[in-house]
Amino acid sequence: MNDMTAPDFTLATPQTEPFVRVEDLRVKFVSRDATVRAVNGISFDLERGKVLCVIGESGSGKSVMMRSLLRLHPKNRTVIEGTMRVGDHDIAGVSDRAMIDLRGSLISMVFQEPMTALDPLYTVGDQIAETVRRHEGVSKEAAWARALELLDLVRVPSPERRLKAYPHELSGGLRQRVVIAMALSCRPSLLLADEPTTALDASVQIQILVLLRKIQREMGMSMIFVTHDLGVAAQIADQVAVMYAGRIIEYGEARDVLLSPQHPYTQAMLASTAKDQDRDVPLEAIAGNPPDLRALPDGCSFAPRCKYAGPDCTLTMPPPITDAWGHMARCFKVGIGPAGKLRFDAKIAEPV
Amino acid sequence: MALPVSSPQATASDPRDRGGPAQPLLIVEAMRKYFPIRAGLLNRQVAEVKAVDDVSFFVIKGETLGIVGESGCGKSTLARLLMHLIPKDQGQLVLDGDLVGEARGVLLNDLRRSLQMVFQDSSSSLNPRLPIEQSIAYGPKVQGASGKSAKAQARALMEKVGLNPNLFGQRYPHELSGGQKQRVNIARALALDPRLLILDEAVSALDKSVEAQVLNLLADLKRQLNLTYIFISHDLHVVRYISDRVLVMYLGQVVEIGPVEAIYDDPKHPYTQALLACRLSMDPEARVDAAPLAGDPPSPVSPPSGCRFHTRCPFVEEVCKAKAPALGDVLKLDPGQHLAACHMVHPGSGHSRAAASAALH
Amino acid sequence: MTDATADALRDLPARPAPTVRVRGYWGSVWNRLRYDYVTLFCLALILVIIGLAIFAPWVAPMDPYKSSMAHRLKPIGYRNYLLGTDEQGRDMLSRLLYGGRVSLTMGILPVGLATIIGGLFGVVAGYFGGAVNMVIMRTMDIFFAFPSVLLAVAISGSLGGGITNQLLTLTVVLIPPLCRVAETATSQVRNMDFVDAARSTGASTASILFTHVLINVMSPVLVYASTLVSVSIILASGLSFLGLGVSPPTADWGLMLSTLRQSIYVQPLVSAIPGIAILITSIAFNLVSDGLRQAMDVRA
Repeated sequence: MNDMTAPDFTLATPQTEPFVRVEDLRVKFVSRDATVRAVNGISFDLERGKVLCVIGESGSGKSVMMRSLLRLHPKNRTVIEGTMRVGDHDIAGVSDRAMIDLRGSLISMVFQEPMTALDPLYTVGDQIAETVRRHEGVSKEAAWARALELLDLVRVPSPERRLKAYPHELSGGLRQRVVIAMALSCRPSLLLADEPTTALDASVQIQILVLLRKIQREMGMSMIFVTHDLGVAAQIADQVAVMYAGRIIEYGEARDVLLSPQHPYTQAMLASTAKDQDRDVPLEAIAGNPPDLRALPDGCSFAPRCKYAGPDCTLTMPPPITDAWGHMARCFKVGIGPAGKLRFDAKIAEPV
Repeated sequence: MALPVSSPQATASDPRDRGGPAQPLLIVEAMRKYFPIRAGLLNRQVAEVKAVDDVSFFVIKGETLGIVGESGCGKSTLARLLMHLIPKDQGQLVLDGDLVGEARGVLLNDLRRSLQMVFQDSSSSLNPRLPIEQSIAYGPKVQGASGKSAKAQARALMEKVGLNPNLFGQRYPHELSGGQKQRVNIARALALDPRLLILDEAVSALDKSVEAQVLNLLADLKRQLNLTYIFISHDLHVVRYISDRVLVMYLGQVVEIGPVEAIYDDPKHPYTQALLACRLSMDPEARVDAAPLAGDPPSPVSPPSGCRFHTRCPFVEEVCKAKAPALGDVLKLDPGQHLAACHMVHPGSGHSRAAASAALH
Repeated sequence: MTDATADALRDLPARPAPTVRVRGYWGSVWNRLRYDYVTLFCLALILVIIGLAIFAPWVAPMDPYKSSMAHRLKPIGYRNYLLGTDEQGRDMLSRLLYGGRVSLTMGILPVGLATIIGGLFGVVAGYFGGAVNMVIMRTMDIFFAFPSVLLAVAISGSLGGGITNQLLTLTVVLIPPLCRVAETATSQVRNMDFVDAARSTGASTASILFTHVLINVMSPVLVYASTLVSVSIILASGLSFLGLGVSPPTADWGLMLSTLRQSIYVQPLVSAIPGIAILITSIAFNLVSDGLRQAMDVRA
């Protein structure tokens, strides 16, 4: 190997127990035709009150990872390995019965498409109040009062009137606010948000991002936010994890990952956006397509598309290399630079 | 490697050219479409959605005109009106100097060949039961090509958009990735050798890394095939990158139009300014704490009186609620013209900021 | 540079994915069906039943119409009568085999006819919408308003008995549901972008319907039609049972059930045989259509 060796990376883990700890999570979907390896060994910690943004393209396994935390996958076709712990609860180990109670009260989720998350046949108030009653067993009046409070919390204008509205009578932005209100109804400690702003217009997207950040801070919630948009991540993340083919290939503080990315994939993704690119100059597109999860190649999954890849990159998956600031990347060409910071260097030779 | 700047001269040698290089390829005049909303037992019309309301603009040969706006602003309806996929209520279409006929006539068939559309990548843009080679070959077959020559053409087009015809020709859409499907969509649109391609959110559903591939492909094709683009998108970064001129729509109307630099560096309309402010920075330190625009766009069923933006505008005054601002003479056919439909830029409009604002070039 | 990108793209799919084969639509349908043993078994069962009916003259051990007063209502396994005899002493097995000819015809033929006619109306109604849709679908609704058995009895009663009239009756009864399914499927396809893409090439409506619409409407309609085969068999049996279908002494499962009804206390097992035949056949058709529906679901 090279002279810039990785520090023992167990040192980088904090002394206190983190709120969320995921270790070596693997998710496979098994069917007759093929086995889809959607998540291939993910480990991360998330502290109470922090926001982790998971960035990845379609098929990177980011949504699958999220749904695993709620155990939403069909049992008979899914193989989940590894440990997931949220607070004092072992998510992989608890009974189905207990999991149902944990959904909503400990962990709650906001989905991408607000229209499908709401029942078109019931008013907004009915749906929020029903969620409150199911979990807290309060009276109908109390549940409605709580619903009103929640709509107020997510800044829905004239909330009394909206309580009696049906989902189709609301605009996309208001609907997403209602979905967020429902997710918050039982004061979860961990909010999972699966691209909650992707279906919205840019002007409404900012409103929702500002709102989520504010509520998250007020309630002291932890949040895992999945997105494919680096700009959205910059708005909301404390930590950022970049996923590719079911693995976290870069992780660190939002500033480190977004402003000085070290993994070639993160770098290429940032370079390929049309933002502030010179017109009349071709974009630096990443050639090729993401790998087929039914037949993952050995070694680094990004190697077939990577312009720095050497022949040995396709043999083994590079181990994670972490610097003192917790910035991690999985690439043979990444080492610890002179200032102790993680640094990409194309000249580093991959191990033989 | 820099691509040559798209210029009107590039089309001068095009044999399909009729009106001459200075004649705009497409002039859209006072286009209007209201969708009736029917309800009740008797199916009576109770309201109408003013989807496209009196929209005029032109597209010069060889340029890319970007159209931006939020959902519900009527940009997709406009695309379908131009393609004659839905009947218009009012308005005229002039294609390279010729008025496009109303009924199914020779001229409409000409329009079909000259204008093609690339749909947003989704499960619905390609026939799920047709191998993609047949999907592409369908257009030429309809226009009278033999099965064999249509097939050869389809294979050549697949090659052109970067898909190996031997590998992909017999595949079905569900076997392709989003980027590959979009390449097929583009190939299908090119099969009739069009001059103008309407790209309706053509890259919006793609992952960022694939989006860059498709944008590069579009730039290549435009140069090779002498194409003119109308690029409809809600992504302001992409529109800035690809467009020569930009048209901003709000609730069915054009609120601002001008060269891309003018729109992005010196936006005149408060809506354009707000939209540009909604672009997200990549810097976690530069977070916004308040959204530039409050609320959602109003419903196009009952748009606000006067200026349609006045309910969300930070500079709203009485005159804005009372009187709709004019955009100006869009059809002067001057590509350098920068126009905005706002009282603040019209001297003497009665808005307190109108006098202070400089006249537009 | 971009050309290099295109080259890289062209090469990429050739390399990976050794286990993933490219199949066409029907290829992948078959691949899913291949491992669905229940469906395959039922399919084989149906083929056997159809085969036995077709080759009844060669397979049947006796003349199905030859009655014998001496051997009336004998139990299963009596002498040469493998399945016993009916109330006129005719061999049940032979009658069952011959009866399959009428019953299966009544199951398959009306469904086929109704699929073509109902499907056509449905596609037209779904594609054109508006007034055309209104006229066609409201007419169908009128037929739909009656329970199917009642409608069949009413039509059959006015037309009179006989095989042709029974065929006609069943076809008319089956058209409205098939039309509805075709209309729903078509109006969904109608709003897809690929139809608009086809329209913008200047294609004629007929060309769009045949190339783009029909192929997508076909699978839901065919799957639904296969469930109707069992319905049709049961309806036909019911009509014969009521004396509105084929008339005695023709061998038909429904008719056999009807005439053996009086002997149920004498020979309960023998009397139940035609009913069991109907039951098995309809369950087989239902399970096959269920399997087809799953296999034809495009969500690869």
